[in-house]
Amino acid sequence: MQGGLLGGMGYAWRQLMTMHIPQRSVRHCLFACLAGLSCLTASAIAPAHPAPTTEQRLAALEAYVTNSDPGKSLTGVAGPGHNAWMMTSAALVLFMTLPGLALFYGGLVRRKNVLSVLAQCLGITGLVTVLWWAFGYSLVFGTSFGSAFLGGSEFFFLKDVTSAPNTNYAYWVSQNVFAMYQLMFAIITPALIVGAIAERMKFSAIIAFVVVWMFVVYFPLAHMVWGANGFMNGVWNADAVIPAIDFAGGTVVHMSSGWSALILCLILGPRLGFGKEKMAPHNMVLCMVGTGMLWVGWYGFNAGSAVAADGVAANAFMTTTLAAGVAAGVWGLMERIFRGHASILGFCSGAVAGLVVITPAAGFVDSTGAVIIGVIAAVVPYLACTKLKSFFGYDDALDTFGVHAVGGTLGALVTGLLATASVNANLAGEAATKSGLARLVTDGGLWLTQLKAIGFTLLLSITATVIIAYALKAIIGLRPTEEVERQGLDLNEHGEEGYAS
Amino acid sequence: MKLIIAIIKPFKLEEVKTALAEIGVEGMTVTEVKGFGRQKGHTEIYRGSEYTVDFLPKVKLEIGVADEVVAKAVAAIIKAAKTGKIGDGKVFVIPVDDVVRIRTDERGEAAL
Repeated sequence: MQGGLLGGMGYAWRQLMTMHIPQRSVRHCLFACLAGLSCLTASAIAPAHPAPTTEQRLAALEAYVTNSDPGKSLTGVAGPGHNAWMMTSAALVLFMTLPGLALFYGGLVRRKNVLSVLAQCLGITGLVTVLWWAFGYSLVFGTSFGSAFLGGSEFFFLKDVTSAPNTNYAYWVSQNVFAMYQLMFAIITPALIVGAIAERMKFSAIIAFVVVWMFVVYFPLAHMVWGANGFMNGVWNADAVIPAIDFAGGTVVHMSSGWSALILCLILGPRLGFGKEKMAPHNMVLCMVGTGMLWVGWYGFNAGSAVAADGVAANAFMTTTLAAGVAAGVWGLMERIFRGHASILGFCSGAVAGLVVITPAAGFVDSTGAVIIGVIAAVVPYLACTKLKSFFGYDDALDTFGVHAVGGTLGALVTGLLATASVNANLAGEAATKSGLARLVTDGGLWLTQLKAIGFTLLLSITATVIIAYALKAIIGLRPTEEVERQGLDLNEHGEEGYAS
Repeated sequence: MKLIIAIIKPFKLEEVKTALAEIGVEGMTVTEVKGFGRQKGHTEIYRGSEYTVDFLPKVKLEIGVADEVVAKAVAAIIKAAKTGKIGDGKVFVIPVDDVVRIRTDERGEAAL
């Protein structure tokens, strides 16, 4: 049996060495390897099952290329290419938070508070990692509760989460890789909230808020949108009550964090001296460096959300680039026209807004859709950050609401208008047909379903944040003392200074 | 002996230093400072937030000189630092009672 494998491989090697290029010799190699493999696996499983035929093995390999069900002969095997991309993507999404978002936000605060922002990002990363390991992954991607609103307990403490794929979510990606990839989303979402409450919330209160918020808002919402039996998972859950779509987290990540951030910022109140003192960014260079990292990391966030290195990922990669580039340019252009200067913060804000708005749409729209999204992603958040904020006078310090909540909501809505099955066959797949999504995509009207998903996300995020914030305010208090806030959070809360004087 | 204090635009520092060197003034103390006079500050806009910056960056020179050099030094500073636009700065001349060179204990003009 071993001889068969080695012989096959030797034959394949000789074929490669002779460098007769294409098809015939490659096909010979493949057959030779397959013949070897078949001998090996046949010896292992022969008594219980009949050996898969060569056709079945070929079909399994084709399924690897097309990212579909391999059937029996490769069940439980992770596909190397898909796994490689998902590990890369997971690292890229972590890179968005550490140090991307930390620097983006860190540069925008005053120098006395730069470390507090870094500490919040780091603290949230540590905290959410533990929550995710213990309960989070299971509550989002498990199914044992049989609930459309919360996952299950079967993966608590990552039990049984191995290198074998969980075919509810991916045929070819190891479940441990999938779990780590999704962890990075769970980390960046609460970290986004930091932007609205920067420079004026106690570190202990932030950490306590995030613990509760993850259980009440993030885990249930992520299950509803992405869980195999989720309430709003129109693409993969045939029984979805609201057959909505959210490719990489417009509702789950940006809307949930953005709207919660607004509520928390209103309950917290403005920074001391807001509107009277100068609160300009202390380092626009850090901010720009962070923006670049966010943009690069976002390829993992969006293209990685295909959970495969396939055509959907390729499309998402393109749409992400187009939307971000267009939005950055349009924001800068609007500033040049209305204010006289195209600012660095303007370009950075535009890029991030474009990335936020394309997030729910990345794997569902084509290149034209992405450019349209890029334009509106600049216009609407621009107005939210410049007009809406000054009109109402809330102190959304770093514009988490203006960019992420407004952008995320906008993205969820326009995804309903621009999604097309021509770039993503899953929109016309079996589950999508049963859930009613496929009909909504072809006949129009998906935007109304998206509105329902938006309404539901708003309701959950706002209600939960109001309750958690007031409860914490009563129990441990949300703000540091006036003296601490005046002197800066870095020295008082973390015992360090960002810039030694 | 006099102490000349000159507040000038930062980008004029090199020209002033060269002009002073030409008339034999070889030492000075330079400080980066902020302030305002008749020149208005400027406005910075960060997304929706506008901030007026009143204090503008300037450079302050302090130069101790012998009495007979004062007029020439002041003239050199004025000539080199002038742009003709608002915000060029000011020159103050202050009497000095004594000067000591720490290394040698020399006093008066010998210490300059």
